[in-house]
Amino acid sequence: MSALLSLENVSRRFGGLNALDNVTLKVEAGEILGLLGPNGAGKTTLINVVTGVHPATSGQVLLQGEDITRLKPYRIARKGLARTFQIVQPFPRMTVLENVAAGAVFAGAAPSLKEGMRLSQEHLDFTGLGHVADKPASTLTLAQRKRLELAKGLAMNPRFLMLDEVNAGLNSSEVDEALAMIRRIAERGVTILVIEHLMKVVVTISTRLAVLHHGALIAEGPPKTVLADRGVIEAYLGEKYAARLAGGAR
Amino acid sequence: MRDWLILLALALAASALPLAGDNYLMRLGTIVAMYAVLAQSWNFIGGLAGYPSFATAAFFGLGAYTSAVLLAHGAPTGFAWGAAGLMATLFAALIGGAILHLRGHYFAIASLAVGEVMREIVNTTPDLTGGGMGMNLPVPKLSIAASAQLFYFAMLGLAALTTAVAIIVQRGKLGFGLRCIQQNEDAANILGVNAYGYKTAAFCLSAVFSGIAGAIYASWVHYIEPPDVFDILLAVKPLVMVLLGGLGTVFGPIIGAALLITFEEVVWRSFLTIHAAMLGLIIVLLVLFMPNGLLALVRSWLERRRKEGKA
Amino acid sequence: MIYLQVLANGLVLGGLYAAIAVGFSLVWGVLNVINLLHGSFIVLGSYVAFFGYAYFGIHPFISAAIAGLLLFALGYAVQAGLVNRVIAAPVLITLTLTFGLDLILNNAMLLVFSADYRKVNLASPLGSLELGPIFLPGDRVAAMVLAFLLTALLYRLLRDSRIGRAIIAVRMDREAAALMGVNVSRINAITFGLGACMAGAAGALLSIIYPISPLNSSLFLGKAFVVCVLGGLGSVPGAMVGGVALGLIESFGAYWFGPEHAVTLSFGLLLVLLFVRPSGILGKRGYE
Repeated sequence: MSALLSLENVSRRFGGLNALDNVTLKVEAGEILGLLGPNGAGKTTLINVVTGVHPATSGQVLLQGEDITRLKPYRIARKGLARTFQIVQPFPRMTVLENVAAGAVFAGAAPSLKEGMRLSQEHLDFTGLGHVADKPASTLTLAQRKRLELAKGLAMNPRFLMLDEVNAGLNSSEVDEALAMIRRIAERGVTILVIEHLMKVVVTISTRLAVLHHGALIAEGPPKTVLADRGVIEAYLGEKYAARLAGGAR
Repeated sequence: MRDWLILLALALAASALPLAGDNYLMRLGTIVAMYAVLAQSWNFIGGLAGYPSFATAAFFGLGAYTSAVLLAHGAPTGFAWGAAGLMATLFAALIGGAILHLRGHYFAIASLAVGEVMREIVNTTPDLTGGGMGMNLPVPKLSIAASAQLFYFAMLGLAALTTAVAIIVQRGKLGFGLRCIQQNEDAANILGVNAYGYKTAAFCLSAVFSGIAGAIYASWVHYIEPPDVFDILLAVKPLVMVLLGGLGTVFGPIIGAALLITFEEVVWRSFLTIHAAMLGLIIVLLVLFMPNGLLALVRSWLERRRKEGKA
Repeated sequence: MIYLQVLANGLVLGGLYAAIAVGFSLVWGVLNVINLLHGSFIVLGSYVAFFGYAYFGIHPFISAAIAGLLLFALGYAVQAGLVNRVIAAPVLITLTLTFGLDLILNNAMLLVFSADYRKVNLASPLGSLELGPIFLPGDRVAAMVLAFLLTALLYRLLRDSRIGRAIIAVRMDREAAALMGVNVSRINAITFGLGACMAGAAGALLSIIYPISPLNSSLFLGKAFVVCVLGGLGSVPGAMVGGVALGLIESFGAYWFGPEHAVTLSFGLLLVLLFVRPSGILGKRGYE
């Protein structure tokens, strides 16, 4: 039984910079994996590698055992790997409904444009955007745009959904709503990867955590274990603080 | 449905033009139909996909020369016209593979260079194409009036066909995907749009009908030379027409073609020496004051009327 | 040694091409506008030199300064009054706008100056330079040297002056520059003006070499395109490298394949380069 997605010794270089350094990571079907790491740790790069936007310079990405390392982004999308963007990327002059329908028609299961629109309306209702379906996407508020990203991802009928900072810039009640929505998506059987640099958010929702630092995977496991990890604390808070914390605990 | 009815009405109305029995009008009608084809063709790649192509002249000229060479070797007219379309399409697929990964200005320049290279290739192959001397085509053995009608209906039919394809494309998955690409290509890719494939399809669609139009044009005027059929204005005017009528709309290109040609004709007759400047002035005014085209203007006016009516 | 002669011809040509292209490159790089007026600006500069010499006996090398100033004013006005209004619009819009403006300007020049080819015939030409086996016309070399000097001057201006730094700031990040108090529309207009100024000065220098006619504008524009793509966009050294590269290519191409293939060669090369290396020989960098 192979994992849903596995990265094997994946590296990605940009010029002299090792944005991802020999990362090996498995994602099991049905879990919510939280991917943590300070800014610039390589979290978004990892998503870009998986989705084929910036293919790995070395190593392999396997989807249920199938090598997808060098596939074009649109092919990977059609295999049921969906993502949202940290900086939201709507089609500004299309309606909200059309935005979502694009996901349903090109990557999802919709056999026709009409059917795609119908399915998309359901996804919009699910994400609480049903009432703005006919508005141009450019008129949405930031919180709504983040949800639109989510709806687009869902419309792709994904097996695996990667959420890149869907909570950034939201206030606390909006964050709570978003988290509830992510749980409901997971209940539908979608495997989820959540990227956040805010620990609190990830910890409440993830079933497992992985931590990147300077492109390398430094810890992986159940939330409690990972958060107690000395290396992780150092990465986040710096060595001195970690030492003090350890001293204080003693 | 509405689009199909409008197309039918337009085609029927245009078919009545020969009843006027005026050769000058027939000539004008043929030119309008020809530019409607070119504008409609450009709209696939420029309007829908948002790639500022200047390759229209290359497709037109290639079609004209392909057909002319075939006709000179005794091929039947219909075959030569079809082959011209095919040739332009193959050429677009080939060139598109090379330049469609470029964006913005780089794509514009590359597509412009394609036309220049084509022109120079023709210039430097006198054995096949007559080079800079141009090429004579066989003159059909028809009366002047019959020949005028033949070419008018050929261009008109092609314009109707191009528009029909435009309607189908714009309502279908291809048109939807192209609009996604135009608004955000990276996001489109991630949503599963095969951007490269779609752009190539749009580029080929913009080539096939332009190529056939070039072939019909060559037969119509029965003499072609490189500066004529590879004229940069053949690439620019369709673009201006689409801007005039409305970018990415079905009937904008036709409206734009009819308006611009009519206007040009009027200006041409009265101000021969400042003809180019007048065209320039239209372009400048258009870009500065009406960048969304006439259709958008009409639409927003209708919208306002409706709202006022409700209130 | 015929090759040395061909090489020398190419270098002289290249210096002039660099001057033709550098203003075009500046506008493209900083404003993201393809200025299709550029070719006509060059021709206008040539006419300034022609009439300056014909009526007032001003040497074209001196007229270069006058043409530069006049065209700076024209360029500034065009950008401030027209192009700035659509500067944020998609590529297609600005490109179409400058095309329309060029139709107007070119048509106006045809009306005023006619399409006849004119030539500046210097009363006292500099004679020819003989460097061993190489013969070079002195005026051509002088024009090239001046062209290089002008380009170097622009380079220093961009690097060392306040306005130059502001232009580079706008090129790198328009919003950030605006936040730091740079008047972006004014910098846009100055940049466009500088581009036109370079075109005008180059046109004046070219007046002693090329026949002058409005019909030549597209020829110059085509050269500017190729040089930019060859050298990489928006950098003075890039334009230099691209200009010299094109000069050498045309010179050797004409020698090997015959002069009638020069245009095909340069455009064919442009296509190949766009395909394999869209950022040019020097690659894309900040405007330096």
